[in-house]
Amino acid sequence: MSELLLKALIAGGVIAIAAAPLGCLVVWRRMAYFGDATSHAGLLGIVLGTALGINLSLGVALLAALMAIAVTVATRRGRYAVDTILGVFAHSALAIGLVAAALVPGVRLDVEQTLIGDILFLTWDEIIFMAVGGAVILLVILWRWRDLLNATLHPDLMVAEGGKIILDRLFLTLTLALFVALAMKLIGVLLITAMLILPAAAARPVARSPEAMVGLSMMIGLMSVVAGIWFSWTTDAPAGPSIVVISALCFVLSNLGSRLRA
Amino acid sequence: MSVTPLIRTENLEVRAGKRRLIHDISLEICPGEILTIIGPNGAGKSTLLKALIGAIPVDDGRIVRRDGLRIGYTPQIVQLEKTIPIPVKRFLTLAGRVGAVARREVIAQTNIEGLLESQMANLSGGELQRVLLARALLRQPDLLILDEPTQGLDQPAETQFYRLISMVREQTGCGIVMVSHDLHVVMAESDRVICLNGHVCCSGEPAVVSEAPEYKAMFGARAALAPYQHHHDHSHEHHEHV
Repeated sequence: MSELLLKALIAGGVIAIAAAPLGCLVVWRRMAYFGDATSHAGLLGIVLGTALGINLSLGVALLAALMAIAVTVATRRGRYAVDTILGVFAHSALAIGLVAAALVPGVRLDVEQTLIGDILFLTWDEIIFMAVGGAVILLVILWRWRDLLNATLHPDLMVAEGGKIILDRLFLTLTLALFVALAMKLIGVLLITAMLILPAAAARPVARSPEAMVGLSMMIGLMSVVAGIWFSWTTDAPAGPSIVVISALCFVLSNLGSRLRA
Repeated sequence: MSVTPLIRTENLEVRAGKRRLIHDISLEICPGEILTIIGPNGAGKSTLLKALIGAIPVDDGRIVRRDGLRIGYTPQIVQLEKTIPIPVKRFLTLAGRVGAVARREVIAQTNIEGLLESQMANLSGGELQRVLLARALLRQPDLLILDEPTQGLDQPAETQFYRLISMVREQTGCGIVMVSHDLHVVMAESDRVICLNGHVCCSGEPAVVSEAPEYKAMFGARAALAPYQHHHDHSHEHHEHV
């Protein structure tokens, strides 16, 4: 097997595994747009990171985290519906990132690569960074799992039992920001949310428990990564979108399947 | 003999921006006591409960909880997230570590053996209320806080639920605060009813509140409070409160 392919598969696998529990939480808590806002802010992170000469992943994680906090604060005011605010933030972040990429001196950005990712440009260092980051995400979620589920069912349920809502939000948004930084290079700004929510949504009709849904979406994610990369390898189609197309197929199939059974 | 209240509020005030949601709320709940809160929509009933469990900050006044107070809380069933697949069995384990014996007891008490494998999203209103109560009881609470526990129940189910609450009080001796969505039917065993409309309009035993001019002014003369009655052959200790 070529090293290129091996790297792509390892990176894709790490992202699919880390995406599963986060994706389920995003689906349960209706945060799909939240994912968009944070990942779109990542583009600006890359531009600023390049301009300032700091580590790009750090730049992305910082901007994504800032965005996550800004969105959390902004959605607490009641003037707009939550999806309006998230839409405004998500699209503004993308537009600002694109404009900045063109205007900030010294930044020569391959826009297409940033938007849809490029699996061929991964170095071993980056893959190790992804693996460590993915492990951090899984550990944090595992540690907070009961509180995360309780707060998903009803925030006050967690609070009444001694949990802190601010901690719940903080850990979830920070792990999401970290995920954006990890997945950026592989899948691109535009499709990071897809990587989160499609496998989880495909797992939903079949799953009977929260943990089963995470496990299933992990499997669907891994399968999408393998099939998507194979497809991209043989046809020269971009890898990120190919992975998402396979996930979308899984979504259709699992919904059709559960309809037929019912 | 004086009993330490489980929870006590002094001139409690919660604001949203400049608007006062609730204000000048002073109340206390002692072990074994049932307090029912009624009031029109927007009266601040849920706000008061949220403040009691510590989910929203207090803007003025204070809340004093007894040391080590364990609260069992049931949210409104309509506000439970239904997109998450979760069987009743798993939902109960989310209450934390509970001994097998205590778990069996609570399951029997709330009569939910037959529901353990069911998905939460597929339960009827009455079943869901019992499951929520079971989960709150698993925490062996000193204080039960129930937000509209009879929402989605028909009359017989409501009667049954009140009987269950009454049994829980006798067996565990915990204090109970509940919000009633129905202004006309409150549990007869309520030691006190608080009629809330931003502030405490009137309070007292169910029979007293239903005769209070403030109550009649708010809900109209026709809205006679009809405490639900059921036969019981025991007596409770009644504590003296202000």
